[in-house]
Amino acid sequence: MQQAADITRIEQAARTLRCDIVEMLAEAGSGHPGGSLSAADIVAALYFGVMDHDPAQPKMPTRDRFILSKGHAAPVLYAALAEAGYFPREQLKTLRKLGSMLQGHPDSNKTPGVEVSTGSLGNGLAIANGIALALRMDDNTTSRVFCLLGDGELQEGLVWEAAMFAAQQRLENVIAIVDHNGLQIDGPVAEIVAVDPVAEKFRAFGWEAMNCDGHDVRAVVTALQGASGHHGKPTVIVADTVKGRGVSFMEDRCEWHGVAPTAEQAASAIAEIEQMQD
Amino acid sequence: MADKRATREAFGETLIELAREGRDDIVALDADLAKSTTTAKFAAAFPGRFFDVGIAEANMIDTAAGLAAEGKTAFTGSFAVFATGRAYDQVRNTVCYSDLSVKICPTHAGVTVGPDGGSHQMLEDIALMRVLPRMRVLVPADFNAARGAIRVAASTPGPFYVRLGRATLPAVHPDDFVFELGRAYVLREGADVTLVACGVMVERALAAAELLAAEGVSAEVIDAATVKPLDADTIVGSAAKTGAVVACEEHSIIGGLGSAVAEVLGERQPTKLARVGVRDTFGTSGDPEELMRYFGLTAADVAEAARGLLRG
Repeated sequence: MQQAADITRIEQAARTLRCDIVEMLAEAGSGHPGGSLSAADIVAALYFGVMDHDPAQPKMPTRDRFILSKGHAAPVLYAALAEAGYFPREQLKTLRKLGSMLQGHPDSNKTPGVEVSTGSLGNGLAIANGIALALRMDDNTTSRVFCLLGDGELQEGLVWEAAMFAAQQRLENVIAIVDHNGLQIDGPVAEIVAVDPVAEKFRAFGWEAMNCDGHDVRAVVTALQGASGHHGKPTVIVADTVKGRGVSFMEDRCEWHGVAPTAEQAASAIAEIEQMQD
Repeated sequence: MADKRATREAFGETLIELAREGRDDIVALDADLAKSTTTAKFAAAFPGRFFDVGIAEANMIDTAAGLAAEGKTAFTGSFAVFATGRAYDQVRNTVCYSDLSVKICPTHAGVTVGPDGGSHQMLEDIALMRVLPRMRVLVPADFNAARGAIRVAASTPGPFYVRLGRATLPAVHPDDFVFELGRAYVLREGADVTLVACGVMVERALAAAELLAAEGVSAEVIDAATVKPLDADTIVGSAAKTGAVVACEEHSIIGGLGSAVAEVLGERQPTKLARVGVRDTFGTSGDPEELMRYFGLTAADVAEAARGLLRG
């Protein structure tokens, strides 16, 4: 159900998510800051503006579903779930620790708000399609399935099996978002195996596709809200982002894919984030 | 009677029966092999509940997982080599890791695939599935057991692997057979040697018992229809009685039933063991029955393995 999104609230939430990401990773001592930070505005827009969901009822039948296909960005999802009230915020400091409800990659057995476990790249879109089929079978024409993928992740062939299938099945309730930050672990995506032009590829696969600035909250919200009901086609939003966005020493650097900040680095990062103006 | 029907024939039929009994949650998926696997029959009866993903087995498993996450009980088809091999990451990291009710029931397991040859004769699927946490592995011996196995998979939450085959088989179990999860069936009692088998080898083990009886050797025959969780108590009890065990499967001798039996015997009842199975090779083109002879999977081979244990 569409209601007017509060852009200021979302921008505020995005700052909170960024601080939480940095803090929880520093505490954990390992994890993925770059790809979590690049997705913060997108995830904030989803959880605090666009998606219909209720932390008190994680399995509310009419909810919108979210699949984090780029599962290593779990910190951004956990931050959003904590901020929304799915679990107490104190849990964030248990990330990646033995017995934690917050595993290194999203675990649907352990964390309320996680629909299906992810972590092995390429799986999320196919899973999202299955959910979308079930919604249609159950005559649920309002719930949408949002799936966030990385751009390096598009190198996985299964993404394209799922893309073909979604178009074939006319899954207009599937909305994919690509966190297009241009970097992967071994280097820039374009130097490893280029995936661009992403929107064109998806159009060729029968999807509706659009680009947007992944850090312009208003643009992200507009793109997400406009994404449903494209007359029998699934939609992809290619969000142009900066890996590590919000922390100057992490921005656009491959090295910050999977290394956690130290306590000192975290403190300096948080100081920067709190001063961010959008 | 179920004589001369293939286990794969039970697939589509049983799904239809279940759907007609009110199981509105059941859905099926296939990867361009629906006619061979018989999911096409379910598709014809319930078109809104069947999805063909085309030649994309990893997509099939994950899509099934998504359906299961929303409360469906999702059965998947395709062939054993593809559904377990190509889609192994999806079976492990999506289905088992998230503990979803996806019932992986591929057909064309084993050498009885025949002329298609080694690329299609899956001899490692029991091993691959058995080692996954949360996965249950059922290997029905005949059409009736297959119907029961599919029903058990449908009515027990979580991941299941049901191994189905292409070839028609003699009946082993009666028409009213009820498949009990985790139970090994003692089909014939004996005192001198235990023949524990699964799938197509059960009927051959029974025939081997007859051959052995003619020589004064009393063989106990066990149908280990559930390879995981294995009915260790029944197998250990039999081994304690006979002192010699022959494990028989249409599968590699590495990692399948023989290995499962070796594991429990080694821990609880160390016993002389012989494994009848494919000896760490790929399959090859041929006529199904001819291949069973070629790979040493006949009743005569089982009997000879038993004699070998009793001689030595």
